[in-house]
Amino acid sequence: MYKYDQYDQAMVDARVAQFRDQVQRRVEGHITEDQFKPIRLQNGLYLQLHAYMLRVAIPYGTLNSRQMRMLGDIADKYDRGYGHFTTRQNIQYNWIKLAEAPDILADLATVEMHAIQTSGNCIRNISADHYAGAAADEIVDPRPYAELLRQWSSFHPEFLALPRKFKICVIASQTDRAAMKLHDIGIRLVKNDAGEIGAAFYVGGGMGRTPMIAPCIREFVPIDQLVTYSEACLRVYNRYGRRDNKFKARIKILVHELGKEEYTRQVEEEFAHLQTLNIEPPLAELERIKAHFTDPPFDAGASDELDLSDPDFALWVERNCHAHKQPGYISATVSLKPVGGIPGDASADQIRLMADLARDYSFDECRVTHAQNIVYPHVRKADLYALWQKLDEANLGIANLDRIGDIIACPGLDYCSLANARSIPVAQKISENFATREEEIGELKLKISGCINACGHHHAGHIGILGVDRKGVENYQLLLGGCEGDDTSLGQITGPGFDEDGIVGAVEKATDVYLANRQGGERFLDTYRRIGMAPFKEALYAPKNEIKGEPANG
Amino acid sequence: MVEPQFRFRDDEPAADPAVTVDNFGEQTNAAAVRLEPGDDARDLLPYLDRIRLVEVNFPAFTDGRGYSAARILREAGYTGELRAVGDVLIDQLFAMRRCGFDSFAPDAALDPTHAEAAFKVFPEVYQPAADGRNPIWKLRHGGGN
Repeated sequence: MYKYDQYDQAMVDARVAQFRDQVQRRVEGHITEDQFKPIRLQNGLYLQLHAYMLRVAIPYGTLNSRQMRMLGDIADKYDRGYGHFTTRQNIQYNWIKLAEAPDILADLATVEMHAIQTSGNCIRNISADHYAGAAADEIVDPRPYAELLRQWSSFHPEFLALPRKFKICVIASQTDRAAMKLHDIGIRLVKNDAGEIGAAFYVGGGMGRTPMIAPCIREFVPIDQLVTYSEACLRVYNRYGRRDNKFKARIKILVHELGKEEYTRQVEEEFAHLQTLNIEPPLAELERIKAHFTDPPFDAGASDELDLSDPDFALWVERNCHAHKQPGYISATVSLKPVGGIPGDASADQIRLMADLARDYSFDECRVTHAQNIVYPHVRKADLYALWQKLDEANLGIANLDRIGDIIACPGLDYCSLANARSIPVAQKISENFATREEEIGELKLKISGCINACGHHHAGHIGILGVDRKGVENYQLLLGGCEGDDTSLGQITGPGFDEDGIVGAVEKATDVYLANRQGGERFLDTYRRIGMAPFKEALYAPKNEIKGEPANG
Repeated sequence: MVEPQFRFRDDEPAADPAVTVDNFGEQTNAAAVRLEPGDDARDLLPYLDRIRLVEVNFPAFTDGRGYSAARILREAGYTGELRAVGDVLIDQLFAMRRCGFDSFAPDAALDPTHAEAAFKVFPEVYQPAADGRNPIWKLRHGGGN
């Protein structure tokens, strides 16, 4: 994986010193809170309901064991002994003191980490496929391209006061495991007929208040123009994105209001101009970065055999493991979704254990997924049982990936000052309620957001739940049919919302309708797409005395 | 006409008051113009040879359109004075300088010591902009100084 050189280290060190100075000037009263807010946000520091929250960047979700261990140590040293892995492949700490924030950044810098641009109206940390470099179906490892863009976007002087936040995602396979089309810019690396690598640009996707699937504005940007084309996309947005209304300020609104054709025309015009300025790093720089992402020294003779005689292990392999490009290896996912737990949370001890296991079993590497889990990308199949046993002892061996218990949830009103409703208790109740039915229900991605900002990706859930405030009472809307994969779709609201207990019952009714109508090996999403919303609505909103009746065609 | 607090030029400042972009086209002898965030900097490109001062106004420091305006002017070869005016703060100076601003007239005077440090807060830069600095990739692969 990528290793800083003296320049990268000098930049991160300078950032720590800058922020330390800024905090001091804030404390001494030279900067007002309004002036300080964008500064602290661009260093990952939010003011939440009870304390400051620090969001640490994990570029393209990749960590080595030393970095992962540091995340655990920070949880102990500066927080309450745990951290929360997020849908942006980052980690958040919820109980941070402002005066200590510069010290945390300094600690992070010792392991080549930072919190630069993890918040604020700038280009955010860049996400990628969590199986990058391991998946059998990718045409190339997307991470070097993401790293090239990370450096380009870091402290970019023109794009530090954008109309709104800006999220970029890079993938390199047809199967989309990173919700690419729901980003401000989604990049899919592709090969043209001549076998050259290029980038398909999808611009103007996003969730939030007005969810949109990004249209493709160019199917092939030559790879030696990746930065220049990105800069053109950003410049048009910085100049013409709406600034009169915070809720209409994302690039998706600009692309929607201009129309894809007009936005694309403006980008192409800017691109033609920027190409004359030679702002693109040479291919030698991409090659330099790529050299950090070569395959680890795989054992060429590794056996493909797996002893599945332990049924609990067999279930975990079936649900939580993913095919690897290298014979004898597999990618394994640690679910951070124990029954009744807080999705994405891990204790300091668990984080350090996961770090040790990355070192011992996965060539010193692990990944954070946008589904708030941890991946060991390169595990020798012969070691898989030993790895699972060690995870299981620490309550990390849960076999529920992509099942109803593998819930994505934002921190919600328990922490977040933007939230309208709590997410965590709803996730916990659903997780407990369905714990024994995961096998029966099969693949079902359930996602919960505590407000319209959609950090919990509710639009993209097979079942989505959106917490709203209805006259001072928490209320939960139910959405069905969302999906973040290659066949991205947005969930539709079923109708009137439910209270906290009612929403758990509503999810149960929705799964009952699915089970009664399922044909063959259909997933919940497939059945919903085939039969549509009507049977679900009927079951959800039937008068009370008819509630038990299942659809007649079941 | 706003007096700059910081100026990185040796020539005499333009004495004329800056006119709006709308008026600029008509006043053929004007040499100073003021860009508001909603103005298109490219409207000035036909007149660059007679402009000595462009003031780019930042009514709020959170509105970053002026950064693009500055770069566009420099990219088009404008060499006259480019002045950031309005809600210009210490922690914006570095990025503004990179985008081509060479004079600064903040609404509220800035602490000169803090400002001096802010202009050189980063030892290197990751990307080319309008200040002629070599990006880190150039230093890595030769061609830097």
